[in-house]
Amino acid sequence: MRVVVCIKQVPDTTEVKINPETNTLMREGVQSIVNPFDEFAIEEGIRIKEAHGGETIALTMGPPQAEEVLKTALAMGCDKAYLISDRAFAGSDTLATALTISAAIKKIEEKDGPVDIVICGKQAIDGDTGQVGPGIAVRLNLPPLTYVSKVREINPEQKYIIVERLMERGKEVVKSTLPALLTVVKDINTPRYPSLFEIKKASKKPMIKLTFNDLGLREDQTGLKGSPTWVNKIFSPDLKSVSGEIFQGEPEECVKKLTEKLLEITKGVSL
Amino acid sequence: MSYVKIDKNLCVGCGACVDACPVGALFMEGDKVEVNDKCNLCGSCVGVCPVNALSIPREAKKVDLSDWKGVWVITEHDGKKPVTVTFELLGEASKLASKRDTYVGAVLLGNNVAFMADELFSYGADRVFLCESPVLEHYRTEPYSEVIVEMVKHFKPEIILSGATTQGRDLAGSVATKLETGLTADCTGLEICPETGNLLQTRPAFGGNIMATILCPNTRPQMSTVRPKVFPVPPKTDKKGDIVNFSFDFSKLNIRTEVLEYLPFEEKISLADAEIIVSGGRGLGKPENFEILKELADTLGAALGASRAAVDAGWISYEHQVGQTGKTVRPKIYIACGISGSVQHMAGMKHSDIIIAINKDPEAPIFKISNYGIVGDLNVIVPLLTKELKKHLGS
Repeated sequence: MRVVVCIKQVPDTTEVKINPETNTLMREGVQSIVNPFDEFAIEEGIRIKEAHGGETIALTMGPPQAEEVLKTALAMGCDKAYLISDRAFAGSDTLATALTISAAIKKIEEKDGPVDIVICGKQAIDGDTGQVGPGIAVRLNLPPLTYVSKVREINPEQKYIIVERLMERGKEVVKSTLPALLTVVKDINTPRYPSLFEIKKASKKPMIKLTFNDLGLREDQTGLKGSPTWVNKIFSPDLKSVSGEIFQGEPEECVKKLTEKLLEITKGVSL
Repeated sequence: MSYVKIDKNLCVGCGACVDACPVGALFMEGDKVEVNDKCNLCGSCVGVCPVNALSIPREAKKVDLSDWKGVWVITEHDGKKPVTVTFELLGEASKLASKRDTYVGAVLLGNNVAFMADELFSYGADRVFLCESPVLEHYRTEPYSEVIVEMVKHFKPEIILSGATTQGRDLAGSVATKLETGLTADCTGLEICPETGNLLQTRPAFGGNIMATILCPNTRPQMSTVRPKVFPVPPKTDKKGDIVNFSFDFSKLNIRTEVLEYLPFEEKISLADAEIIVSGGRGLGKPENFEILKELADTLGAALGASRAAVDAGWISYEHQVGQTGKTVRPKIYIACGISGSVQHMAGMKHSDIIIAINKDPEAPIFKISNYGIVGDLNVIVPLLTKELKKHLGS
């Protein structure tokens, strides 16, 4: 089995704060991390290799410093890493990004051999779109299996996979032919922590850089030119400020007052 | 390749853009701003510049988009009934369509689903584009996206909206790629330019810390997914419309997936449908304290919600998570217990009719958007509240 895991370097958005005076992002102290959903993708990719043999390849697209997330993937147990980096890709929206990544996966197939499974996290925490995974699937003509919470069975001989997909009100069990593309949710596994030994070993694993010229795409298919969507405006979220009634003091008194209000407003609500 | 363009003659050196840049690509050199190679052309800086000195270098394209008409909504259903977000979108589509003087279309795919058309009309659809086949019995990305792509090529809608649900996002991602058009995820606001038909799609980014307005000016259709509960369900009318039957040759498809079974959650009250939600956060301190909330929730007939902090701590499962990376909810009453109110959490519940907060920190941001609140220890307050309510509700 050859598995390609697509990952992204993101700012740790849970640490991002807004400067209340200027209403702008405060970047200071915000770390760049592996997109948390991608850690589950890496882990699953490694587990598949451990169970069925073969190799797991990590892939990212981003500025040169995105190499850091590939180092993490290698330390966790991926065998090889590809960094897609070129100024030509700056400003890519999800359509252009998916095209660029799919072109890189085709390149990997040329170099390393056919890919059986592509795994992505369900979405990245900076953009939160979840659109790149399905986009890559279309470009590579792979069946997309999104929001996978469990891989039930992989049969490399008969070339099929059975997964559970996490939906709003239940789980769907789906069988698909291989090759296929999976996007995974956090219930799927618990990502491992790389040991010091693994981190050391990782520095000797191959890290290959792909640029615009390697991918055989036209200039108008990538970056700003290849992106149908434009960011028109960025602004701070407008939270309604309510001058509510906040009760303080003796708990019993507060609760009595709140209960009165609650009973009043629940009159129209079926309890 | 290019970076954000800086007009040094206009730049007043205020540094607003330096603060706005999410990747640290802008810096001050003397009294003017400079850009380094970290710039990924995201455009965050452009809008904050008070003197319009910044721009993203784009080539203007002349494209004729006048053939594209109509605002479409993709119906999501369970075989028996459309899900609520479909009605919410029909309401929003009607507003957009009236500004463009065009029609509202509802795409309805499935097996023996034509009976749902009347309900789609009653919530605002003028036309229902119907395709029925046993192949479409269960939602699957491949056949559903292929049918819709062919419909779009034939009827040329200007806008397509679908719910930002697991199904809607899966489907829209596939359809937009096949059509090579723009798709904006998780929109929370939609406006339309009546002249150009350009959709101004507002969505949260950076974990809800900022809002971005996205345009798709040169390609059609313009596609958006919209979170459930962001828009209200429009009033039901006795409106009627036309069914447009669409035939599709499924024999040409090579469908590689098969739905083996569906395992519904054993959930008493679905978070998305609940009229009252009792939600807990980091302030609970330990997983056992969700029991106190559960008792309050049961008393009120409410669903149980949680903040990301509580879910990440492993105190409660992800299905209960409200917020940017969880569910968006719009209940009549939202009771936040031990939730301080991060931007991410508030993004998921701020549309609730009445917000009640119980928190020991009087400075907690959640109080700013709360209609009622108690400052105090939830371990004391919540059991008291349950007891008091039981007295009045007689259970």
